[in-house]
This record gives sequence, C-alpha cells and structure tokens, in this order.
Amino acid sequence: MSADQEERIRQWRAAITRDPAVVGADADELESHLRDQIAELEGAGLRQDEAFIIAVRRLGEIDRITAEYAREHGDRLWKQLAIPAADRGDRRGSLARMIVFAAVAAVLIQVARLAAVATADGMPGAPTASWFPRDLGLFVLPVLIAYFAFRRAMSTRRCLALAGAVAGLAIAANVLPFVAGGSTELLVAIHLPVALWFVVGAAYLGGDIGPSDRRMDFIRFSGEWGIYVALIAMGGGVLLGLTVAVLAPIAPAAIEPVMTWVLPSGAAAAVIVAAWLVEAKKSIVENLAPVLTAVFTPLFAVMLTGSAIVYAIAGVGGDFDRELLTVFDVLLLVVLGLVVYGISARDARHGPVAMDVVRLVAVVAAIALDLLVLATMVDRVGELGFTANRFVALVLNLILLVNLAGTAWLTARLLAGRAMPVRIERWQTGYLAVFAVWVAVVLVVVPPVFGFE
Amino acid sequence: MNIDKDLVAAMATPLVLAILADGSSYGYAILGRVRELSGGELEWSDGMLYPLLHRLERLGSIRAEWGLSAEGRRRKYYEITDAGRAQLAEQRRQWETANRTLGGLWGLEASGVGA
Repeated sequence: MSADQEERIRQWRAAITRDPAVVGADADELESHLRDQIAELEGAGLRQDEAFIIAVRRLGEIDRITAEYAREHGDRLWKQLAIPAADRGDRRGSLARMIVFAAVAAVLIQVARLAAVATADGMPGAPTASWFPRDLGLFVLPVLIAYFAFRRAMSTRRCLALAGAVAGLAIAANVLPFVAGGSTELLVAIHLPVALWFVVGAAYLGGDIGPSDRRMDFIRFSGEWGIYVALIAMGGGVLLGLTVAVLAPIAPAAIEPVMTWVLPSGAAAAVIVAAWLVEAKKSIVENLAPVLTAVFTPLFAVMLTGSAIVYAIAGVGGDFDRELLTVFDVLLLVVLGLVVYGISARDARHGPVAMDVVRLVAVVAAIALDLLVLATMVDRVGELGFTANRFVALVLNLILLVNLAGTAWLTARLLAGRAMPVRIERWQTGYLAVFAVWVAVVLVVVPPVFGFE
Repeated sequence: MNIDKDLVAAMATPLVLAILADGSSYGYAILGRVRELSGGELEWSDGMLYPLLHRLERLGSIRAEWGLSAEGRRRKYYEITDAGRAQLAEQRRQWETANRTLGGLWGLEASGVGA
C-alpha cells in the first residue's frame, strides 16, 4: 500500500479516536475493517484513492459512528452523555445557572436557620428548634433536585412527581410526634437525607430510573459527588480555620457571626457546586475514583481478613460495645461502596481480572466478620433489649449482608467464568430499590412502632 | 427497496447471532454475509455493527478474541456463547410469530423463517 494511502488511513483513524468513546482497540477493529474493504475494492479494480473514499463512506459518517459507540460505551464518557448534547457548548450558561441555584441553597439554609432560632424551644444546649437538625436536608437537597429537573428539562408531570416526593418526605418527617431527643428522631434525621438523595437520583436521571445502566450512572455520580464535596470541605476548612486565626487577635467578636453565616451557606452551596463539577469537569475525578478504589480495596481486604481472624480466635468479648452493630453497619457500607465503585469503574466487557479476586476476598472477609458479630448480637438480644436503634442497625446489617453475599456469589461465578460482569452491576442497581424501601420504612414505620421514643 | 431503519435495527441482533451460530467470524465477514443473504437489500452503515457486537459481548451473548488475519493483521473474532444461543432461540420464536401473523393477514405462507 502506498504512503499516501497509509497517510489517509492514519488521518481517518485520528479523526475517529478524537471522540473519547472510541478507544484504541475499537480503532484497531474499525481500521482492520477499513483495510479489508479497501483491499476488496482494489481487487475489483478501483484506484487506491477511490477505494479509500468508498470504504470510508460504507463505514458511515464519523459523527454517527462515534455517537453509536458513545451509546454503547457510556461508561467511557458517562458524564458527557448525562448532559444533553446541546448543553455542551454553553459552559458559561451552565456556570451561571449553577451559581443561581447555589445561591438559592445558601440563602434558604440561612432563612431556615433564622426561623429555627426564632422558634427555639429553649432546651438547654439547643439554640435552635428541634426540627432544624432533623430537616437540614430539606433545605438543601430539594434545590439540587430542582437544579437537575431544570437541567434535564423534565416534563411538568415528572416535576410534579418529584415535588410530591419531596413534600411527602417533608410531611413524614414533621407531622409525627417525636419525643424530643429520642432515638427515632435521630434515625429520621439520618435517613431523611438518604431518602431525599433517592429523589435526587430520580431527578439526575431525568425520571428514567428503570434502566440498570442509567442507575449505574447515578451511582457513579454519587461517588464522584462525594469526592468533590470532601475536597471542597477540606478547602473550606482551611479557609475558615485561617479566617479564625486571622480574626482572633483583633476582632474575636467577629468569629461567631462569620461561622454562623459562612459555614452553613458555604456547605449548602457546596452541594450544588459539587454536582455541577461532576458534570462539568469530568476528566479530573474520572481518573481519581478508580485509583482510589484500586488503592483502598486491597488495604481493606487485608484489614478485614486480619480482623476476621482476630475475632474468630479471640471471640467477641463479653463486654463489647452495645452499639457495635452500628460500627459494623458503617464498615459494611464502606466495603459496599468500594465494591460498587470498583465495579462501576470496571470495563464491563472484560472477563475476570486480579482486582476481582481482591474484591472477593474483601467481601468474604467482611461477611465472615459481620456474621461473628451478628451471631453474638442475636444471641444476646434479650439481655440487651430491642431499641429502635438496635432494630434499625440489625435490619440494615441484614440488608447489607444479603447484598454482599449476592455480590460474593456473582464475583465467584465471574471468576469461574460462569457469569458476566454486567450481572454484578444489575444486582447492585436492582438492590437500590431495597435500600429505598428500607429508608422509607425507617422514616414512616419505625417511629410509630417504637412509640416515637 | 429500502428497508425501514427501525426494522433493520430490530433485525440486527438476531441476524448477527444467527450468523455467528454458524461459526465464529469477524465484523467485515459478518457484513459480507448479511449483504449476501439479503441480496444487497439490507444495508446498514458498516460502522454501526461494532457497537452492536460490543453490546452483545457485554451482555454475554457473544465472546471476542483478537486473532490474526491471513495477511497477518490484528483482527477481532467473535463467537456465540450458550447464552447467545438461548437468546437466538427466543428471538427466533418471536420473529416466527411476527412472520406468521403478518403472513396470515397478507395471505402468504409463513415461509423462509423455518428454513
């Protein structure tokens, strides 16, 4: 083949790989196709340049091919896909929109805070009304929901459904007669933001919550959002810490107002800013999240295996912390997070890789460890008493255990070459429904059952 | 005759699976086979085949492996899996039903599909 022809093919290849959805191996495959086609056309008597033009035409317009790849390989550029193509051009418009919504969140939280101070019931050590900490999520996350509803240009009917969900949660959290400072109120305070986050998910997906790969997009979004929030919180912490250090010698009285005005507003705005960053600055964290999971999954595997061995040998002590189960819930949640994040960053077309083995070890060790604790807990439940806290911790523990057991089973089958990675994804995305139902139960069913104590 | 785009899209999966059920193959050859079977009437942009193959691979219906062509170029070969065969059988049932239904209306023998 002549140098000219090689150059033409090289340029065509460069054009097709300009889109992030087409990776090197795809280009190899397409190029191989192109060369087969050219060879056949030349065999039929066409000149080299003619053969090239026809072969390229047959493959289709580059834009359409890359769009088709993008549809199949959403994981390679999922955030670009999440933004409607028309939006990609107007970065500045999207920035202005984000600032407006962030400002709304920042103002709303202050309005709520002032209202809470005004209605404070004078409990010692509580400068605000008891509803304020419980409802904190209600002043921030609905702004994020509205932001996505607006961004996705959702239909009025779907917007109303979102508003209905938020209103329902707000009512559920506020009409029940909680005993002040009781544990059911604390449980609601913890679970309300989680329930709202599911509504955020519905808005993020533009209402299409059914398809498994769309749900996976939301899981990725959640993880990266969390990373951005943590980064912003660290930067904000440094900023506020220095502000205090600078003000302390000359204007100590100014510190408290700065804290009460800047901290809540900044945190509320960060929720929106982080969501915007995930979509706008995709390539920064995209490389960070898989690296973080790759670093921490093996470390957790070692830690969990070691702990499981120690627990198995030493036995769960007689005087262990009564709320140990809560600690283990957090542990299982972290393991689940690592697993889900690892899976979401994984190329679903590849067969088993070494990291799957590490993941399996971590999950199995976590299950073993948790079963040891759980057995002791159940054994002594009569002695310890069944409070709302313990009940919720126990059920969440079982829910997580079932999830991890399913994950372990599917990972083992994957390693045995008997299941596709996509099965694990579907298991996790399907399980979101279980979590959503459980959160609703904690909000609505648990408080009355335990007498709002 | 130009076959409707949606119909081509609906046929694509069973067509690819059925071709691979006859033996493993690669993209260019699969398209050649489609052209040959349809007498050139079923045209789709060649580039669209690959995302479809990748999707079937991700869902476990087919398996891919890099090999070499006769000229020593890297080439990706696809092979149907057991899950793919099951899927093909199911798709075939559906197409036979569709064919029979329309055939009944138009007074045709439901032919060709069972061959």
